[in-house]
Amino acid sequence: MSSSTLSPITPDVIKAHGLTDDEYRQVQDIMGRDPNITELGIFSVMWSEHCSYKSSKKWLKTLPTTAPWVICGPGENAGVIDIGDGQAAIFKMESHNHPSFIEPYQGAATGVGGILRDVFTMGARPIANLNALRFGDPSHPKTRHLVSGVVAGVGGYGNCVGVPTVGGETNFHASYNGNILVNAMTVGLAQTDRIFYSAAAGIGNPVVYVGSKTGRDGIHGATMASAEFSEDSEEKRPTVQVGDPFTEKLLIEACLELMATDSIVAIQDMGAAGLTSSSFEMASKGGLGIEMDLDAVPIREVGMTPYEIMLSESQERMLMVLKPGLEGKARAIFEKWELDFAVIGHLTDNGRMVLKHHGEVVADLPIDPLAKASPEYDRPWVPGTKRPVLDPASVPAHPPIDALKVLLSSPDLASKRWIYEQYDHMVMNDTVQRPGGDAGVVRVHGTKKALALVTDCTPRYCLADPREGGRQAVAEAYRNLSAVGARPLAVTDNLNFGNPEKPEIMGQIVEAIQGMGEACRSLDFPVVSGNVSLYNETNGVAILPTPAIGAVGLIEDVAKIASLPFKEAGESIFVLGETKGWLGSSLYLRELCGREDGAPPPVALHREKREGEFVRRLIGEGEVTAVHDVSDGGLLVAVAEMAMASGIGATVTAPQGVPLHAWCFGEDQGRYVLTAPSSLVAAILEAAQRAEISARVIGTTGGGDLTLNGSGAISVAELKRLNEAWLPDFMAATAESGGEA
Amino acid sequence: MKAAVIVFPGSNCDRDVAVALEAAMNHPPIMVWHRDTELPPVDLVVVPGGFSYGDYLRCGAMAAHSPIMREVKAKAESGTPVLGICNGFQILTETGLLPGALIRNAGLKFICKDVFLRVETSDSPFTRKYETGSVVRLPIAHAEGNYFADTATLDRLEGEGRVAFRYVTQGGGASLDANPNGAARNIAGIFNENRRVLGLMPHPERLAEDLLGGTDGKPMFEGLVEALS
Repeated sequence: MSSSTLSPITPDVIKAHGLTDDEYRQVQDIMGRDPNITELGIFSVMWSEHCSYKSSKKWLKTLPTTAPWVICGPGENAGVIDIGDGQAAIFKMESHNHPSFIEPYQGAATGVGGILRDVFTMGARPIANLNALRFGDPSHPKTRHLVSGVVAGVGGYGNCVGVPTVGGETNFHASYNGNILVNAMTVGLAQTDRIFYSAAAGIGNPVVYVGSKTGRDGIHGATMASAEFSEDSEEKRPTVQVGDPFTEKLLIEACLELMATDSIVAIQDMGAAGLTSSSFEMASKGGLGIEMDLDAVPIREVGMTPYEIMLSESQERMLMVLKPGLEGKARAIFEKWELDFAVIGHLTDNGRMVLKHHGEVVADLPIDPLAKASPEYDRPWVPGTKRPVLDPASVPAHPPIDALKVLLSSPDLASKRWIYEQYDHMVMNDTVQRPGGDAGVVRVHGTKKALALVTDCTPRYCLADPREGGRQAVAEAYRNLSAVGARPLAVTDNLNFGNPEKPEIMGQIVEAIQGMGEACRSLDFPVVSGNVSLYNETNGVAILPTPAIGAVGLIEDVAKIASLPFKEAGESIFVLGETKGWLGSSLYLRELCGREDGAPPPVALHREKREGEFVRRLIGEGEVTAVHDVSDGGLLVAVAEMAMASGIGATVTAPQGVPLHAWCFGEDQGRYVLTAPSSLVAAILEAAQRAEISARVIGTTGGGDLTLNGSGAISVAELKRLNEAWLPDFMAATAESGGEA
Repeated sequence: MKAAVIVFPGSNCDRDVAVALEAAMNHPPIMVWHRDTELPPVDLVVVPGGFSYGDYLRCGAMAAHSPIMREVKAKAESGTPVLGICNGFQILTETGLLPGALIRNAGLKFICKDVFLRVETSDSPFTRKYETGSVVRLPIAHAEGNYFADTATLDRLEGEGRVAFRYVTQGGGASLDANPNGAARNIAGIFNENRRVLGLMPHPERLAEDLLGGTDGKPMFEGLVEALS
């Protein structure tokens, strides 16, 4: 797309920029005239759903965002929490869904690059990456190609940058056939007295561009990410950016080196909408104006227009405001790291963005009206229809051991080793718990503290009941952190939904946010950052509502953590939380009965907190030897996972009163499986009773088989073989003819 | 003992190996920038893992031509021990300090996991704290770790006892399924002629602390301190 300031603004041009007639009239009001093409482009990206959150803002404001340990909540590049000793954890999760579907390797890679920048922009050294991936049905002809490309892209970027990828989740469902989800999370570590924000200050201060040169890649990425997909979406490939993790690594080191000096007033990465949104946000937050000379911007190609320079989404770039007179010192650092460094403008007091090119003013817009007048919609929404609660007795009972084999080799429960072994999960030498457990655990370098990190969401629950699904996603994250012994501190959310202009989709958004809010408030687990990805639809069919939750917990003493493998034979296995045998919307129902109906399991938030605290106390006092939360697949799957991770078998006895298949595979919430030496169990159960927590011994560890009394046995080795085989076998199989794009 | 760790743009295991060295030496190593043209007086030079120069052109190829590598080569030739880990091994082959090349893994993918290695000889400053023939567990993390050399070179390496580590099963067998990347003759690490230069793909610095899941890498650093102090 080439254009100049002289291009006429026709209705087609306006439409191509994703602005409605009403929005264009507002543009004219703000400008007091017709905008030129560069100005229109700037409005277009600033008001895109991706940058403005215009559909979700009203509801996002209802989420709890504060706690005594929250240093900075939503609104900055990432959330900041206090982890004691003058240290802060800075983190955020962000989607790169549309680009990853069009070009999986680069889409996923630049997703990782973007979220890393959000974190180190604030002064943090990134110490861990996680990701939440959703792919289409394994039988869909594109799925294999997308899995392969996305995993290679996530690894290709993170491995090179040298930040370990320590956890995540991967689901498969037909609703993602035409619209996969790639949500990447980065966690960084900073000193609380050295956190950098984006509000510009100091009239006359230099505005500096650092990093890679600006090219023609990714122009209009933000607008693309704010529209539905259709058959011709693959023609949008040129809007996908190309990442260079090597430059990112240099940029991290250079920025952190500069941040250790006292030179930076404000800093902002150039993410979606590139130079436009970064300069606007900095000036807008500081209540100032900005004047930039586009001739000074380092460019990769000759003949780039102001429109292209402002809208490029070239990767690995940062914009900063420096203290006056320190340009030389800063320049020396960036030159040492062989990165571009250019003073491209300065701050003004007139509240306007003035862009010059070849000595002429090519754009002149008021900053505040544009930024603050970005549309905010109260879109119509309808609540979802409540589904009936399934009576477990009405669900066919398959022999439990056979059902266990099917579940453990099903796409969602199969081992994800094929994925995480392509990620360097150990670089930086602080990974205390590697992928495959309930949470990744990363030591805070040079201390005995550690952070526990997870991503969680159960989209099938969210479809069945968005509010309950929102509550469940938060509660499961809380549980996973508790299961390793970490005190859950805060949440980042990545809300992936369909087209918000459809009232039923808007209803999913509203109810999921309400559910999340309830859980976060109840668990003292505030949301400190997040990202919204809407229009995840192809040809009018929406994805399952997927409000992915990333969460961080603190471990005071890394010697006092728990992990899920059984540790020894002859120990008692017990369950905390009640098992009623909830099969509605369960994996058992989907994988064994081919049904996805029924209300999802309810989350009892008051119990979640009590149980989490109890589990953390048991871990802290060293009374339990293994801990695992019960989630997808239910109790027997959880026990099997603990057996597979250790190679130690177990004998389990189901109680009377609940149908056996429902007891084994029901997905009742708020449960943990734990082990302890038999001599300690009576005291633990008594303590549980005093804390009003349901607890029950269900078996003993030992042997090489998993035995369900009265229902047979299977060797742990065979279970492990089944669990490990599915994903590599799937990826190795030849794609159906004609399926690959 | 004094040690230097070379830092290239894109090195990312420089801090990790510095921590492991410091634990063994009780003082930190000297970090040396790739553009420096002189090495400080040291008893050991470590070329760390990572993606020097972004792996552009070919892994290790550009680093091999950086100013500091001329010095490293000169030091090695005068007998100072040099340890190259992962990307460091790739750089040492590109520099010509070690024979052969590290090509794309046979499975074409990046692999990060623990592997079992057989220590082929304890007769070197790097392996003196291991027993010859013992099996150790160390992580690999690479996409280009498939060791390649012509048959004559491989025969010479074997004949001169210059294979340092081989990928094996837990039981110690150098079988095909114990080989994670297709490396010729399951070779994971090799010495130069005088066994003063070692290049290996696995990361000893990543398992040198109980908390991180094992300590099989620790004897390498302790052995070096013993040998070179």
